[in-house]
Amino acid sequence: MNKTDKSDSYNNNRRKILKAGAAAGAAVFAPYIRTAKAAPVEINILSWYGLGEPDMVAEFEEANNVKFKPKYYAGGDNMLAALAQSPPGTFDLIHTDAEYARILIERGDLVDALDPADYPFDDMLHEDFTKFPGHWKDGKLYSVICRYGHLGVSYNTDALTQAEAMSYNAFWSPKLAGKVGHFDWHLPNLGEISLLNGNTSPSPFDIDKAAWDKVKEKTLSLKPQVKGYFDYGGTFASLKNGEILACAGIGDWVTAVVAKDGGKVASVVPDEGGIQWTESYSIVSSSKKKDLVNKYIQYCLSPEGQVKSANMAAYPGFVVTQGGENALIKATPDEAKRSGQMPGLANNPITLINEGKIHYRDTPKQQTLEDWNDFWSEYKNA
Amino acid sequence: MLWRAPLLIWQILFFVVPLFFLVYLSFWVVKNYRMTPALDPVNWIKMLSRDYFWSAYGLTLTMATVAALLVSLLAFPAAYTLAFKVSARVRQLAVFVLIIPFFTSYLVRIYAWQTLLAENGVINAFFSLLNLGPFTMLNTPIGTMVGYIALTLPLVVILQTISLANIDRSLVEAAHNLGCGKLRTILTVIIPLAKNGIIIGMVFCFILSFGDFVSPYYLGGSKPPTLSILIIDTTKAGQQWPKAAVVAITMIVTLFIVAIAAVAAAYKRPGTR
Repeated sequence: MNKTDKSDSYNNNRRKILKAGAAAGAAVFAPYIRTAKAAPVEINILSWYGLGEPDMVAEFEEANNVKFKPKYYAGGDNMLAALAQSPPGTFDLIHTDAEYARILIERGDLVDALDPADYPFDDMLHEDFTKFPGHWKDGKLYSVICRYGHLGVSYNTDALTQAEAMSYNAFWSPKLAGKVGHFDWHLPNLGEISLLNGNTSPSPFDIDKAAWDKVKEKTLSLKPQVKGYFDYGGTFASLKNGEILACAGIGDWVTAVVAKDGGKVASVVPDEGGIQWTESYSIVSSSKKKDLVNKYIQYCLSPEGQVKSANMAAYPGFVVTQGGENALIKATPDEAKRSGQMPGLANNPITLINEGKIHYRDTPKQQTLEDWNDFWSEYKNA
Repeated sequence: MLWRAPLLIWQILFFVVPLFFLVYLSFWVVKNYRMTPALDPVNWIKMLSRDYFWSAYGLTLTMATVAALLVSLLAFPAAYTLAFKVSARVRQLAVFVLIIPFFTSYLVRIYAWQTLLAENGVINAFFSLLNLGPFTMLNTPIGTMVGYIALTLPLVVILQTISLANIDRSLVEAAHNLGCGKLRTILTVIIPLAKNGIIIGMVFCFILSFGDFVSPYYLGGSKPPTLSILIIDTTKAGQQWPKAAVVAITMIVTLFIVAIAAVAAAYKRPGTR
């Protein structure tokens, strides 16, 4: 065997070994390579409960190979605390109430400016939604409205008629003695009492000292009627099992779910007016997945995303776009009718806004949030 | 001495340092929803001057004290039976059974109690068969107390059982031989000998009840609120964590005083003042 033969033999053997090694390596690592390639991108969302659940995100996750990792909070203050306690980059998307979106934006470095052209502002059901208070700063958009709902009188339909529930005075009815519940948050409750006292202009949350004193006095007079103060779970259970027959500070976002579960409950916006909760999305400045997150916001505002939001299992919200309303009527006409989201219905949420009966929930303007909370603690202890 | 180091490090890292931080936090101020480090006593002045704070404090103290006494009384007959009237095998089995409730979430157990205590719940359904009721139990202090008992009774029974089981039986027999009746034996021999376990059980019940949030909120309807609920309420007022820290420190100080007083009482030697 000459040198060339030896060399060829060596090369052949080496090739065979390399070939076999490559095949074995491929066999061993192929599943992992495939997995790594298909690993979904994780989107961390800070939101109210339900927004990151499968009924809301599964379709988008499947179509875009992403996986939502939600951190849920209850109340805007908890949202701010979660942000403060987390290092930058922890969250990509924030879902929040409009009054707290304003606080996020005013901090200056937490959320990004958005391009209004990315969203269907020309299809919004109400002009206010295109320039929602607190979502814009210095002409720039930072937060996009995605859903909303109305708060008023929520009641057991065996205990009150709809006509009786059409005033906040129903809470003082002898029929409800010891059977009135409160959603345990000062803003919606005191906002409703403020409306009952006629504080509609400019807002039930923008009241002077004399009006604030009257709100406190009126609220304290309700104390003998009160059964307790509840979070979402407690409100749900108490309405369902008849422990409370009416509840202040909530609306269809709770009673719709209780009713689906067999409870005899409903909500109305009374003659004195109702409070609107408004939820929106903002993109966190430190996120590395802004394009994907923006795509999700667009999905939420698409007709199909709006239908999902209106039927969300945790708590429903009204659609904000005309396309969303059309799709809702087509997809779930019964829900569209029940919630008034059809043209011409008396409880149509847009009609109520246009009639001036709806006031956007806000933080107190002439008192501090601490003042309102202090009084709420006093009231609970009274 | 080296073997003590892990315990010391653990205590420093996870108790002393957080406690100092909590105290420091109570002097911070909140401006525009942002907490700012400071050494301002304003949170202490504001919180301690509020009537609702003292109402909540008085209520929490009273409820926890009543729970400690009630649970200890309820636990004693069961513990006595397990210690003196059954075999060691049955006692072991009973202790295991008493541990079982801790396998499930406390919150889940409290939700189950809601179903039992509601006006159209299981207990009132039973009373209605006797033409009684309905009785209002849920969303009242009774509901809160039921929650405290459900939380602490198994633990207190176990602590009392261990304490009673370790009593020297010859002392009990000597009492009987000297003509001491059953009740007098329990009061003058057994209880003094099991004093440590009984007091430690009471302290555990007091501590767990004093700091409990779940029962007063979900069974008591937060009406009126206890200190733990007040902490939650305070944080809902625009990031007022420093004021919530004031409430938390007050609770810790109270628990310290109660625990030290109880341990001193438990281990006080007879005849000393």
